[in-house]
Amino acid sequence: MHESILAFRKRRYLWLALLVSVVSIAAYWIDDPQEPANGGTVLGYALGTAGALLIVWLAWFGVRKRRYASTMGTVQGWLSAHVYLGLALVLVVLLHTGFQFGYNVHTAAFALMMLVVVSGLFGVYVYLKYPQRLSENRGGVNRSELIDQIEDVDTRSRRIARQLPAEFQELVSSGISRLQFGNSMWARLRARDLSQVLLKRGNDYAVVANPGQEAALDWLADQQSRCRDPAVAALIGELSGLLRNKRRLLKPLIEDFRMQAMLEIWLFVHVPLTAGLLVALLSHILAVFVYW
Amino acid sequence: MSLELVIVGGGPAGLSAAAHAQQLGLSWLLLESGPAHANTIQRYQKGKHVMAEPAVVPLRSDLPFSAGTREAILGAWQQGIAPLSGNIRYSAEVASISGSHPEFTLTLADGESIGAKSIVLAIGLQGNPRKLGAPGEDASFVQYTLDDPDEYSDETIVIVGAGDAAIENAIALSRNNSVVIVNRRDEFARAKEGNLAQISRAIEGDSIKCFYNSSVASIDAAGSVILNTETGETRINCDRLIARLGAIPPRHFVESCGIGFPSDDPTTLPELSNKYESNVPGLYVIGALGGYPLIKQAMNQGYEVAEFIAGKDIQPADHGILESMFAGLPFKLGVDETLALIRRRAPLFTDVNGLVLRELVLSSNLLMPKKGEEIFRKNDYTNSFMTIVEGEVDVETDSGKLIRLTQGQFFGEMSLLSGRRRAATVRAATSCVILESPRRDIIRLMNSYEAVRRNIDEHFIVRTLRAGLAPDAPADELLAIAGTAEIRSFRSGDVLFNEGDGADGLHLIRSGSVSVSRRIGGRDIVTSYVAAGNYVGEMGLVGQASRSATVRATVATESIFLKADVFMQMLERNDGLRERVQEIVRERLSENLRMEAQPEAGDLISFLMQQGLGEATDVLLIDETLCIGCDNCEKACAETHGGTSRLDRAAGPSYAQVHVPTSCRHCEDPHCMKDCPPDAIRRAPNGEVYVQDSCIGCGNCERNCPYGVIQMASGKEQAPNLLSWILTGRGAAPGKRQPLADDGEGKKAVKCDMCKDLSGGPACVRACPTGAALRMSPSEFVKLSKRVN
Repeated sequence: MHESILAFRKRRYLWLALLVSVVSIAAYWIDDPQEPANGGTVLGYALGTAGALLIVWLAWFGVRKRRYASTMGTVQGWLSAHVYLGLALVLVVLLHTGFQFGYNVHTAAFALMMLVVVSGLFGVYVYLKYPQRLSENRGGVNRSELIDQIEDVDTRSRRIARQLPAEFQELVSSGISRLQFGNSMWARLRARDLSQVLLKRGNDYAVVANPGQEAALDWLADQQSRCRDPAVAALIGELSGLLRNKRRLLKPLIEDFRMQAMLEIWLFVHVPLTAGLLVALLSHILAVFVYW
Repeated sequence: MSLELVIVGGGPAGLSAAAHAQQLGLSWLLLESGPAHANTIQRYQKGKHVMAEPAVVPLRSDLPFSAGTREAILGAWQQGIAPLSGNIRYSAEVASISGSHPEFTLTLADGESIGAKSIVLAIGLQGNPRKLGAPGEDASFVQYTLDDPDEYSDETIVIVGAGDAAIENAIALSRNNSVVIVNRRDEFARAKEGNLAQISRAIEGDSIKCFYNSSVASIDAAGSVILNTETGETRINCDRLIARLGAIPPRHFVESCGIGFPSDDPTTLPELSNKYESNVPGLYVIGALGGYPLIKQAMNQGYEVAEFIAGKDIQPADHGILESMFAGLPFKLGVDETLALIRRRAPLFTDVNGLVLRELVLSSNLLMPKKGEEIFRKNDYTNSFMTIVEGEVDVETDSGKLIRLTQGQFFGEMSLLSGRRRAATVRAATSCVILESPRRDIIRLMNSYEAVRRNIDEHFIVRTLRAGLAPDAPADELLAIAGTAEIRSFRSGDVLFNEGDGADGLHLIRSGSVSVSRRIGGRDIVTSYVAAGNYVGEMGLVGQASRSATVRATVATESIFLKADVFMQMLERNDGLRERVQEIVRERLSENLRMEAQPEAGDLISFLMQQGLGEATDVLLIDETLCIGCDNCEKACAETHGGTSRLDRAAGPSYAQVHVPTSCRHCEDPHCMKDCPPDAIRRAPNGEVYVQDSCIGCGNCERNCPYGVIQMASGKEQAPNLLSWILTGRGAAPGKRQPLADDGEGKKAVKCDMCKDLSGGPACVRACPTGAALRMSPSEFVKLSKRVN
């Protein structure tokens, strides 16, 4: 319905990036230096300067994004330009190197830059793909409403359990207190349900893994099948219905945490690597001018 | 023995009257039904900062008052009235007032009677709390208010009531006490949604025990209460019983004293002279009950009323303000003469009571535009009401024709009534003097005076007909039509007419908005949305004899209904009208065809209307296909508005990947404006509804907003320098600033102001990295729904 960052204003920054690329390639094509193409020729210095300025400007996005009162374009426009010009940067810098690589600080800077660009591309991918999936997964209900609904199921489960023997109360309350998923970024990304539950087996209680409430549901099914009192069986059936409901609610919630984590995780790579790149860039430039 | 003066009510107005009566040497007595002075203020939360608005009016009282904490103010009054305490009686409820000046008799609830020459009613609007009505209702452990729930712990507390106050008390007390709530019905139907969810959860989770369909039979002074429950009588031993049964509005009592009100509308104020005397000689009304809800005004009136009763004639405290307001006028008259001149020249104000007119002028502006100067421009969002005191103005109509209005006439009623933008530009045709009155005061005037309402309504109809249907019709023909037109009101969701009904007339939508839907394949498909200023029902009149669609109010709506035969006559008499109507019918038919082919688009519009967006003027929507959940919109809002975000992105419903976050939609007729004591909520010419600094933090707007977009917030710590935060991480991250512990200013209402003071427009939209946040008006919803598919 609205424009994506790639389609922003008739892809104006794509055209700008293409222009930068074409100009760089043409210059590289036309240029005929005395030595093999490298960063030290006149064109090499020019491309290097352009690349360095581009990197600084690209990194400045982190500042612009937080200058909330700024009237210099919109953040969306900046991001669109950030993406396209970030891609053009690869070409500019590649031509700057003259395709000379080695085991040195200069190539290290180039490698860092490539990692930043690749992580950025991954960011573009998740930004374009995940919002729609997130929205479809939740189906018009927001996260806190999902959590409220689960709490509501919990309250009703506790109430039913109070009318049943102690092991049922233990099942419900341990199932609630030992519900566990997404405690860390990593756990969210893996979308593992690490919940546990206390089940009575014979005369003892055992802590059992309870992903998707499966263990609890199995145990309830077992109890129900062996129950002779129809009133109790009905209560167990009701409890089991509530837990199935909870399972149905947990699935999109865990998935929601996973996808939200995907939308954030790449920044944990992109941003620190950018900081590293800025340092590497500085040492590259110092190395060139001080030690060459 | 008869006293010279009995004051009923020990709030700011009553206390100030008492202090000055003492000063003047009158014999007086103050009767307060509650156990302490200033009960309304006693009930404020601890440490609440009380403001001293309006700042321009000086305080005139023998008691001190300045902005400060609740405790400081109550303490200062306590000290001020200490020497008078012999003449103040607490827990003395007046049951009735009889007799006449100078021989009034006040009868107290306990049967005692007191004689008085004059009486001042300063009882406010809160009313006395409704009692239990069961034996033992005044037992020592029974209370009708709760100041601080944290004062009690490990008690068994019975709460009687099912409203918000009862629920909030029960939930707060249940943290440290064992709480039982007694509800007369089988559900909590009157409660706000949030409270309902909380109490239901608490009852289900057994943290609160509830007796439904139960009432208090009696109270045993030894510390127990007997309930009538569904299963018979139950005795509960308790440490405390708190009854929250609402208050008895004071109007009935006031009327029983013989004081007249100009209309039945609950917002109407009693008729008073400019000495605060009611239609019953010797019976005076001051403070909130007289229409002055602010503390300082009430205290001033207490002082003045004592002067009047002592036979002195002083100028009201606002005299100086009016004097300077009138100083620049060409009339060169005194305050009272100028007021008389305004009344003489403007027929609308002929019947309006002097004190009310004075208050109206006081809250108004006097404009003095030169010839040719613009007074307001078409499509401005202002909604003030203009009365021409001197001179003439021209209204520029769409057809380019000028309509001349002369001295005594008024304009601006279109925006006033519909809440929409200005319908036309108005310019001064000569040098003018114009009284510009705030919307709130004119609405109150219309509710109080039937004649004023009728006059404004008639002009509204004539001018709407002229603008929308018959620009060339002579005024007397339109006036005759206006006489036959009816104003019909609809609540949100009400049907104006159903598909298939007989076509009996035309509705001009005057305020609110409607949706048009047709039944296709067994389901209602919304085909269009019609905003105020347009009409519906014309199709049945020019073509078919029955209605071709169902029209429903999307929000509270008022329409001007023209009967079919009247409309047909208009069609006959006015050239070109038939063609104009047919053109609109043709457009609507083709729009219908298009929408019928896309039922999803209609569903999206229905969804948006269900969110109350029919009354929006500018709403923040989020395209979920683009939103990455980074909350940069909230951070931008917080960082450009002192640290508190006025929008909650994640909250709110979604449909067809359009998300409606919790954020102000700048309603046409804002609910938040309805009951703002200092009139601090205003609408800027571009439509932004914003809160001014004069906010006193009362929280009325927060309660009145049905969309939960107003918060009470205190100041936040300063934002750190951005670069130093990025480089060193010191200070709070953007959007995460912490509230200041105590900035002494108290909480004030904060809401979206659409970044009206920032160049470049709303920060939330400009800060969205993916372009998911967008702002639009309801008229663009149809366009939006097309793009969804």
